[in-house]
Parts: sequence; C-alpha cells; structure tokens
Amino acid sequence: MAVSVAVPRPRLWATKARREEVSAGLLFASPWLINLVALTAYPVLAAVFYSFTEYTILRPPRFVGLENYITMFSKDHLYWKTVYNTLYYSFFSVPLGLALALFLAILLNQDIRGLAFYRTTFYLPSIVPTVCASMLWLWILNPKYGLINYLLTQVGLRPIPWLSSPTWSKPAFILMSLWGIGPSTVIFLAALQEIPQHLYEAARIDGAGAWASFRNITVPMLSPIVLFNLINGIIGSLQIFTQVYIISEGGPLDSTRFYVLYLYQNAFNYFKMGYASALALVLFVAILLLTLVILRTSASWVYYGGE
Amino acid sequence: MAAVSATTRRGFLAWARQSIAVQNFVRRGITYIILTFAAVLFLTPLFWMISTSFKTPEKIFLFPPQLVPDPFTLRGYERVLSSPSFPFFLYLRNSLFYAVLSVIGIVLSCSLVGYSFACLRWPGRDAIFIVTLATMMIPFPVVMVPLYIVFKFLGVLNTYWPLIGPNFLGTAFFIFLMRQFFKTIPLDLTEAARVDGASYGAIYARIMMPLARPVVATTALFTFLYCWNDFLGPLIFLSDDKKYPLALGLALLRGQHRSEWDMMMAGSTIVSLPIIVLFFFTQKTFIQGITLTGIKG
Repeated sequence: MAVSVAVPRPRLWATKARREEVSAGLLFASPWLINLVALTAYPVLAAVFYSFTEYTILRPPRFVGLENYITMFSKDHLYWKTVYNTLYYSFFSVPLGLALALFLAILLNQDIRGLAFYRTTFYLPSIVPTVCASMLWLWILNPKYGLINYLLTQVGLRPIPWLSSPTWSKPAFILMSLWGIGPSTVIFLAALQEIPQHLYEAARIDGAGAWASFRNITVPMLSPIVLFNLINGIIGSLQIFTQVYIISEGGPLDSTRFYVLYLYQNAFNYFKMGYASALALVLFVAILLLTLVILRTSASWVYYGGE
Repeated sequence: MAAVSATTRRGFLAWARQSIAVQNFVRRGITYIILTFAAVLFLTPLFWMISTSFKTPEKIFLFPPQLVPDPFTLRGYERVLSSPSFPFFLYLRNSLFYAVLSVIGIVLSCSLVGYSFACLRWPGRDAIFIVTLATMMIPFPVVMVPLYIVFKFLGVLNTYWPLIGPNFLGTAFFIFLMRQFFKTIPLDLTEAARVDGASYGAIYARIMMPLARPVVATTALFTFLYCWNDFLGPLIFLSDDKKYPLALGLALLRGQHRSEWDMMMAGSTIVSLPIIVLFFFTQKTFIQGITLTGIKG
C-alpha cells in the first residue's frame, strides 16, 4: 500500500494554516496515539518484563531471569504437547479450509443461478457465535446420539468416539473449523470475479484448455489472495480458544490442550502471570517469524500482476 | 471448392457448438450437484440445532434420530428463559450494552483518526501509520495478561470499562479501513471548504462522514458482531455472573445442564438468532465488507 508523502512540504510551522492543520491532525489522532502508548506498546513491554519474573498478582513480581523460558523449553512437557497440538490443528485446518473454500468459490464462479442462495448458505455458519457453534458441535459429535456418527453408521462405517478419544479429538476440531470457511469462500469468489475475462478469451484463442487456463491464469491471479487467506488462517488457527474452552477443556489426555488455552490457564487459573507472559511472547515471536517466512517464500509463488 | 469447404466448415462449427453445449450442460449439472450437496452439509448443523431445540427430552435421544420434531414443543425455550442460572433478558441487556457502546466508540474514534491519517499533514504521521499497521500483528492473547494487570490496578475489573473503553481509542484495522477510504476523496472538495473558512472538525462532520456511510456501515456491523461473539474478553475481565453477556452466560449454563440438549440448543438458537436476522437484513453490507476487509466473521 502506498504511503504517500505530501509532495512539496511547506515548512512545518510556517503559516497559521499549517499550525491549524497540524494541531487538528494531532488532536484527531490523539485517541489512537494514547491507545498506541498505553494499550499497545506498554502491554507488550510489560509482557517482556513479566516474562522474566514470578508474579502471582498477590505479591509484587520477583525477578527470576530466564527461568520461565528454561522451564518452558526444557522442563514443561505439557508445553511441548500444546505446541504439538496447536501445530497439528493449524497444519490440517488451514490448508484443508483454503482448498475447500477455493473449490467452492470456483464452482460459484461458473455463472450459475442461485449464486446469492449458495453464497449465503456457505457464509451463514461463520456468523453463528462461537459459543453457540461449540454447543452445537458438542451435540453433533456426541458419540452415541450425535448426527455425524448416525450418518457414519448409515453408510456402513463404525461410529467414531470423537471427543472422548485422544486420536479423534483434534480431527473433530478440524472438522468444525471447516464449517466456518464461508468468509474465505466469499473472498476467493470476489477475487475470481475480478480476473479480467479477456485473459481467458486470449488463452482460448491460443488453444488453451480448461486446465491450462486454470493453471496459468486463475492460479497466478489468485495467488495474492491465497497468501492473504493463508497468513490470516494461520494466525487465527494458532489462537484457537473459545471452542476448546467450551467443548473439551483440553482433554482427553491433554490432546486438545491448545496454546492459548494453556496460556489462559496459566494466567487465570494458576495465576502464573510471569510464565503466562513468557508463553505469550513466544507465541508472538512465533507468529511473526512464521509470517515472515511465508512472506519471504511467497515471492516464488505469488504473482503481483501487471493489470 | 470454396463452396464445399464453406459447408464443411459450417457443419463443423455446428457440431462443435453442439458438443460444447453438451459439455457445458454436463459441467453445469455437476456444478449444481456438488454445490447443493455442499449447501446441505453446511445447513444441516444449523437445522439440527433448531430441530433439537423443539424436541421433548425423550425424543432427543432417539436412534435413529428424528429429523423433524414430533411432538413439537417449546419446552426447551421455556426452560432456558426461566432458568435462574440464565437470566436471559439481563444477559441480553449486557450484550447490547457492550456491543452498541463499542460500535459508537469504534466508529467515532476510527473515523476521526482515519481522517487525520488520510487528509491532515502532521509531523510523524506516516511513520505512525506504519506502526499502526504493524500493531495488527499483535494477537490479543499476547497482551491480555498485562492488560488484565493494568485494569486491575485501575480498579475497573468486573466492569465493562476494559471491554468498551479501549474501543473509544480506536483499533488499528478499522483506522486503516477508514484511512484508505478517506484517501479516495478528492482533495478539491475539502480544499474548497477550507477556503470558505470551514474548520477541520466541520469538514470531518459535514463532508467526510456523510460520504463514509458504506465504510461506517461495515465497521459498525463487524464491531457489533465481534462484541456479540466475544468470549475471551468478558471471560477475563468479568467475574460477577450478573454482568455476563449472552455468550458467556450461555457457556455457564452448559456447566449446569450438561446433556440437556433441548435447553442447550434452545439457548444457542436464541443467542444466534439476532445475529442471523441482522445478517439477512444487511447481507449486502456483509458481503461487501468481507471482500473489502477480508475479515473473518
């Protein structure tokens, strides 16, 4: 995005008009400037500070050096479990969700009738409040009376113990996440509709088939949106919380103890504010690094087109 | 010779056109079948929620399950609405209080700040704008512990201050959205008003805000939705269950009525319903907003 700089910069305090503009500008921006200092910069710095302390809120923080980080990386087995669980969830839910959303968007882009109906249908689940959706999935995934297991038995498969089995609990959450791909589908569809038709016509004249057109026009033209959805999806999935808090509370056998749930529990159930801050910072750094790596590697597969 | 090739060509074209028509027909057929199948899959859980909410407790645990409730009963709703542990109207009021005030705060602050970033020149503006974009990368869980401590020392835990207050100080994403919008408004318009002696405040209120209606609508809608759905914020900052918003209250209810699915599904339906109704009335803004912003609902 272009951050434009006013071209011939008049000397700042030169005129009364400039003074007025600067003071109005600062005045209007002041709520956000306060927010930046007090509710953004300060908390991040405070988190860095607390991460080097032992802090239960009841007593003032006690400096412990790197102890929280050492505990996290080398002593706390549960920590690595939460990392594994979270990466597992991200690794499957994000690509699967993107692929499915893209597939639906491509179908919706076929100049079909009832587009509005289908689009609404796919979008609707994503606006159901997470708490309600969680209750609903808890019921649907019920091993004995749940709808999914009923359907499985109808087609001759064995019922799956979903939330009571450490093997199936994470796939249950992945399945639930796929129900919420509506927004990505809508974004993909809008991007597909933006692709200029003359590209396809030119390709057809040159004798390209449907697959070649898809491979050489649709994919590159869509790649920036894929990147956008991918980064958003990863950042979101690493922070999965509400569903787990309501549905499984981390169980069975810690198989759904995801990162932010563990962070929350450390902070607000065990009152280990220092340790929770260390967890939070590592999450932050991990998200930054991951985003950076994806952006770096994206140069080779994202096409920033010359329209 | 020329005549013959003309006829064969015409014949070939007709054949080609027909085969393309057949191909298209088949392709469209398959497209509709897959889309309809997907639509059924997406709607089934919602249907199941509503269906279960109208069932009697005995019929809930039937196997094979009953698709359409028979007998049809409102008992689940009655139980949920009369449950002492789920004071629905109190929670509704809390949710509305949280959402409406946040909408007002976000719209006011983000439009003002966005206007300042887009149209007014002040030293450091562009650098701070880049910082603003960077702050979008900070996830809430990263700052929630220090924020909790700050609000604790301010003595405002267990009130709506920590939830609503910050919204009056703006949020990076909607500031960005507003700024991008105000950037598209031609300078001549505001310059002329300046020459006529209008203050920046007047330009903001009389020229910019009326033009910004679509962005304001998107911002308001998504803020409302966010607050209605918000779970983690109220969970951390509120401790008195009389102060809970609907989402949190519903979760609390679950703890006491495990496996009373008629009640749970009735509660979930009631809490989802306002959002679904809102969605149907504002669908255009919704879809535009999504594509405009890429927000996840």
